[in-house]
Amino acid sequence: MYGLGLIKGLGITMKNLVIPNRQFNIYQYPNKKVTPWDLAKINSSKTFPFIAKNPITTFKSLVGLVNVEERLPQHPNFRGEEFAWYDNRCTGCASCAKYCPLGIIKIVTGTSGVNSQEGQSYDLEVFDIDIGRCMFCGLCVEACPYDALHMGSGFEEAQYQRSNLVIDINKLKSAEKKPSTWFRPQLVKQGHDPITGDTADWKKVGRHEKPSLDDQSERWAKR
Amino acid sequence: MTGIRTEPVTVNLGPQHPSTHGVFRLRVTFDGEEIIDLEPVFGYLHRGTEKLAETRNYTQIVTLTDRMDYVASMSNNLAYVRTVEKLSGIQVPERAQYIRVICAELQRIASHLMATGFLLNDIGALATPLIYCFREREKILDLFEMLCGARITLSYMRPGGIFQDADSDFWNALDILIQELPHYLDELEALISKNEIVLARTRSVGILSDADAIDYGVTGPILRASRVKWDLRKANPYEIYNRLDFEIPIGVEGDTYDRFHVRLLEMQESVKIITQCIKQIEKGPIRANTPYFIRPKPGETYQSVEGPKGELGFYLISDGGVSPYRCKVRAPSFINLTPLKKMMLGWKMGDLITILGSIDIVLGEVDR
Amino acid sequence: MTQIYFVQLIDFYSFYEMFYSIFQNLGFEKSSSWMSYIAAGGSLSFLAINLLVLATAFYTWFERRTIARFQVRRGPNRNGPFGLGQPFADVIKLIMKEDTIPSEADKPVFTIAPIALLAPTLLIITVIPIDDSSFLATLNIGILFIVGITSVNSIAIFMAGWGSRNKYAILGSMRGAAMLISYEIPMALGITSVLLIAGSLAMSEIVAKQEIWFIAVMPMGFFVFMASATAEMSRTPFDQIEAESELGSGYNTEFSGIKFAILFLAEFMAPIVTSAVVTTLFLGGSQGFNFLPGQFWFVLKMFVVIFALLWIRSTWPRLRVDQIMGFAWKILMELGFVNIFLIAIEVAILMDPVTGILTSQDMLIMAGINWVFTIITLVFLANFLGKRNYDRPDPVPSPLANMEPKGE
Repeated sequence: MYGLGLIKGLGITMKNLVIPNRQFNIYQYPNKKVTPWDLAKINSSKTFPFIAKNPITTFKSLVGLVNVEERLPQHPNFRGEEFAWYDNRCTGCASCAKYCPLGIIKIVTGTSGVNSQEGQSYDLEVFDIDIGRCMFCGLCVEACPYDALHMGSGFEEAQYQRSNLVIDINKLKSAEKKPSTWFRPQLVKQGHDPITGDTADWKKVGRHEKPSLDDQSERWAKR
Repeated sequence: MTGIRTEPVTVNLGPQHPSTHGVFRLRVTFDGEEIIDLEPVFGYLHRGTEKLAETRNYTQIVTLTDRMDYVASMSNNLAYVRTVEKLSGIQVPERAQYIRVICAELQRIASHLMATGFLLNDIGALATPLIYCFREREKILDLFEMLCGARITLSYMRPGGIFQDADSDFWNALDILIQELPHYLDELEALISKNEIVLARTRSVGILSDADAIDYGVTGPILRASRVKWDLRKANPYEIYNRLDFEIPIGVEGDTYDRFHVRLLEMQESVKIITQCIKQIEKGPIRANTPYFIRPKPGETYQSVEGPKGELGFYLISDGGVSPYRCKVRAPSFINLTPLKKMMLGWKMGDLITILGSIDIVLGEVDR
Repeated sequence: MTQIYFVQLIDFYSFYEMFYSIFQNLGFEKSSSWMSYIAAGGSLSFLAINLLVLATAFYTWFERRTIARFQVRRGPNRNGPFGLGQPFADVIKLIMKEDTIPSEADKPVFTIAPIALLAPTLLIITVIPIDDSSFLATLNIGILFIVGITSVNSIAIFMAGWGSRNKYAILGSMRGAAMLISYEIPMALGITSVLLIAGSLAMSEIVAKQEIWFIAVMPMGFFVFMASATAEMSRTPFDQIEAESELGSGYNTEFSGIKFAILFLAEFMAPIVTSAVVTTLFLGGSQGFNFLPGQFWFVLKMFVVIFALLWIRSTWPRLRVDQIMGFAWKILMELGFVNIFLIAIEVAILMDPVTGILTSQDMLIMAGINWVFTIITLVFLANFLGKRNYDRPDPVPSPLANMEPKGE
């Protein structure tokens, strides 16, 4: 019958209004509303003592006025900002710079004179990543032969100045290293989670274990 | 009616207009509400993708293809990567082919959802069906995030396969999606294609006949809505499509309604394809042993796939170096725009928006 | 009297008496009468306008939240508790913005248009009886006043479009002028059927006559009135004037700053006013159960009507221009005439010729006849219209297609 489709349409929109799990964004990005039960869990106390102690907060949270900061859930594979770079792994081969489609990685190396045939032949003087122009394709990470460069997981690095978006070598060295598991199967095997997990040190993240300086000098000495 | 003088008015529809789907401009002459002349103007989003490709090596160009049709990056990747493989004679492992097909079909669903939603938004449904569509599309984007760490600009495929295998998270989520999606698609169809106002707005509006469609070189859902049963997945099966069983839906007369109804039906078929792929896929390598810098022998080749918007083809000429000598893209959105005048003349202002929406253009691909 | 009067809403005469006593005490012997008239009128208008503007502000919040829920997202919820501060933030933003006038614009027309659009909407609310004891003006031709004053809308919208010298605005306002004038006829027809039963033009009389709500007595009249009222305030499926996806923003394309704020206010005040009129005419006004005051029931019914309007707005798409005009002239007007004809016959037969009173039994009989008639008409119309649109042949592949698998 003509006109029935219109009424059915009204029914469908009402269904979507009523059913809660039809909601588009279950996660309200910067902070989310919490129930008293969640609040008790956050304060690590039991539910009923918490409600008894804080009646006003409980009432507020029941009405929906208490918010807690929350980060969007994301997969450990997420290719984000905050590149994790391990200087003890990096040999300064500049594969990443060569492979970057936009040419935004700048590497300047000098000879260190140490073990020039075993890998650690260069001192890195400059290692700049201009993430203002980066498109996070991940080709640099794919190119790195020693697993020294990893994608990060953040997405909240907005800055007021473009120049602040250039990550230089000191920032990279001192940054908190939570590498993304993107293109790093060894991190997946370890069950590493860049969002909730700990920082990963350079021994955990690599497929190729690089010999230490002592090892190297020993090996050189034995020859 | 003597003494009343009327004159046609020329309106610039765009480049800033909510319903031109980007920076597209139409110089339209109206007689009252009726369209008597129109001239499309584009190029506002020209970024020189084809020229840029000449200065990058074959793997880096994958990132450029993401940005052409930015709602269907997977299909673009697939089309480009297949061309490079043909050019340099790389054999792709079977598992990689299956995953590629799954991705391409997921991307087709995502793209069609967006097209259908925006068409309804153009008719004036206040974004409600649009957001229902986006909710489903978001689930597909979540899947892509699990697969390759990005949601829109994916860069997932590489010449010789894909760069990373899908883990168990992905397969579980895909199973849930495949189970739920048909239900939501049915709901969408009930909300849209049974709605009398939508029928009144779209039935028999902007008809493109089958002969015209073929003459203008139109491809994809628009061609199939004009009763022409042509789909590259069947006509020239690539990857593993010849092992899969699916139908090609066609329209009744080639009007606006058919153009989005064909898309709705195609989404159901895509779900079917993915279900079969999940059953057939086996363990194995995912990437052929290709060097970082591919140097194909001098020569030229053209390969095309059935993208969500039509035949998406790449034409590459190699001079033996690390980057192509010439890269030409056959962008379906651009060619589908050619019969615009044929479809629109004589219709009203509201129909103009609807017909433009039913072509489903993406300006990143039109202007490249 | 069991009714609790804890909400004694504003009433002109209580204001007048208050001011009269004040002026008497101040020593204005003779002139206190007209002075208190002016003072009462001024303060009452001030109060009413501010209350209505505040109500509109919260209505925008309500509309955004409700439509957001229909669209499975969240509405404004960042500004204050539940986002209740959002309307104020919007208003402050709009007032702070630069008030630009296009150089080619017809400046007086452009400036007067927002006020001309807002004024009638504000005027309508004065004649609506929110309860027996609370209304702003007792006009014995209340409903006629409403019909007259809504016609100003079409002129105001045309002024806004014409004055801004913008092609989109002119297209929008041309559509608006045509549509608003056409839909006034079915709206008047819907109102006339109410008047036939009520036998009075005064709003409070109409409410008092509704022993059975008029929505139950004449569903067809309600349908005709609701459809045309939706068109009068230009909401989906009839939102041709603004038509965001087609005309950008329609008649208010060139407006900014405080002028846009006023246009916006008028546009969002229309649903409140319309729902108040619908409540008065068809839903029994302030009638309800005695344990709560009449104002409460009135507002509750208004909310129901507003929610229904939002429900429709968030679900249905927009009709095309010619389809809208066709709907007004080819369907709604005929239905309205048929409805009037039927009710006139029923009233002539059932009404007591001496006293001119319709009892509730008479109304029940009328309701029965009207419901049966309405359902039969609508089903007949639906099937008659539907034949053309639903029947479609199966798709036949074009002979021009030649798809033979070539293989890899």
